[in-house]
Amino acid sequence: MSKLLFKEIRLSGSGGQGLILGGIILAKAAVIDGNRVTQTQSYGPESRGGYSRADVIISSEEINFPEAIRQDILLSLTQEACDKYVLDLKNGGILIVDTTFVKHIAVQAPNTYELAFTDIAQQELGTQLVTNILSISFLVRISGIVNEKSFEKAIRESVKPAFLDLNLKAMKLGFSLASKEMKLRGNNEEIEVEGK
Amino acid sequence: MARNSQKPELVLMQGNEAVAAGALAAGCDYFAGYPITPSTEIAEILAEELPKRGHTFIQMEDEIASIAAIIGASLAGAKSLTATSGPGFSLMQEGIGFAKITETPCVVVNVQRSGPSTGLPTSPAQGEIMQSRWGSHGDSPAIVLYPASVKESYALTIRAFNLAEKYRTCVILLMDEVIGHMREAISLPDISEIKIINRIKPTVPANWYKHYDENQKYLSPLASYGEGYRFHVTGLAHDQHGFPTNKPTEAGAMMERLEKKIVHNIRDLVQIESYMMEDANIAIFAAGIMARAAKAAVKIARAEGLKVGLLRPLTIWPFPDDAVRKMLKNVEYVVVPELNQGQFLHELRRLVKSTTDSKLIGFQRVNGTLITPTEILQKIKDVL
Repeated sequence: MSKLLFKEIRLSGSGGQGLILGGIILAKAAVIDGNRVTQTQSYGPESRGGYSRADVIISSEEINFPEAIRQDILLSLTQEACDKYVLDLKNGGILIVDTTFVKHIAVQAPNTYELAFTDIAQQELGTQLVTNILSISFLVRISGIVNEKSFEKAIRESVKPAFLDLNLKAMKLGFSLASKEMKLRGNNEEIEVEGK
Repeated sequence: MARNSQKPELVLMQGNEAVAAGALAAGCDYFAGYPITPSTEIAEILAEELPKRGHTFIQMEDEIASIAAIIGASLAGAKSLTATSGPGFSLMQEGIGFAKITETPCVVVNVQRSGPSTGLPTSPAQGEIMQSRWGSHGDSPAIVLYPASVKESYALTIRAFNLAEKYRTCVILLMDEVIGHMREAISLPDISEIKIINRIKPTVPANWYKHYDENQKYLSPLASYGEGYRFHVTGLAHDQHGFPTNKPTEAGAMMERLEKKIVHNIRDLVQIESYMMEDANIAIFAAGIMARAAKAAVKIARAEGLKVGLLRPLTIWPFPDDAVRKMLKNVEYVVVPELNQGQFLHELRRLVKSTTDSKLIGFQRVNGTLITPTEILQKIKDVL
């Protein structure tokens, strides 16, 4: 019998970084893969600047509690978010931080990836607006949590047509950054995920 | 792992989106409201969808006007809806009472957030369990439905309209912020497969029509304004034609009908989910998002060999007395996790025979965060 899939993913940062849209895209991709999914969020009253987080749970079975309280994967795009949630990361979980804003990680997790996503987006793509897709694409390739084709389809369904090319470029860049990281680490880091 | 390929297409949808979709499927053709987080998406979607279908969406100046507008629209034949959150729900209470005494079908959605007053916007709470029952002054039974998933938000919205039409009353759909904003994949049923109940229309000549026909009990036919039937609508106690009365016999008969149309139809109104209760010696009683946390806790407990079950009301009012009594009889303890200061616990106490009975274990939180499955499990272990 195949192993059950149950993964909790938290995308954390501040309002305006596009994490909730990112969570929706990740959730859509999981649905395309044929898995169960819940996507929840929590954010402050401000549309920009306050805390923001999107949780996605992907499972082969019914999902009861929809908040990612013990994360398999944590993405933190701000210092505050990283400080707040890093202790909730599961043993062996994947931590991905944006070093443009995260300067210090309270607990060193073994599977930590530190990249300056916001700076990279600005330099390579000319805008910070796609930091969400860049970093989540990185997350997708590192973790294999959803099928990459499903993920691309979900992006196509979710972003405004005028921004599609830019987002697809960000996706490809995110994938290639992840491939480089995996090569550097001898490709041992990809976690086993079924249902791809 | 892959889902059954014969199933219809799954769409990722928010609870609030599912409410809007359910309302349209039920035949809602009028929405009046004042947007408020965390219910705003319902108004936002219907503002687009209703006009496309030639129906009416009105953004009112406040929630008092909103409830008044949907009552008026219903009297003119519409299947009407409003959606709000705590602060707006408080303002609507007088109007809800008016809808009940005038036996006017309508649906009010309250996506709860932390209170009192404007409280914690976007944070979850279950603070209106009692307000949804007793919020309006005077005695008036309530029908209140409480979904725990996106799929159920869709189904219970349709049911809310059906019950409003059938029982000629204001039905409340009470939601958790987490459910309203949560996205899940659901497949929408074919519209033709959905059972829709519409109010019974009078067939008698206009001068024979009674707006509240005591011979017809609660299934009294309902004419709309503009159809040639003349009737009077007032919030005062009224006779069968709707005209104000101070006669104790007529006022008493009116109050009796309002009560009996609910309490005599408990079986039609009450819906509960019973999960792993057959051999349980500890039960969790919870609704909405807390029932989801509870179900996760039951699964962990069962894996550890603990006989824990869950009783979840989908209809919270009228209260599922029989199911609760049965649960109280069969288990040693009932744990009641809720995002308020003990509103369900209070109602459960009513059904405990002895006041010294310590079967009920409350578990409450009102800081804007959820009680987690692990915490519920710990609570269970603490009482064992």
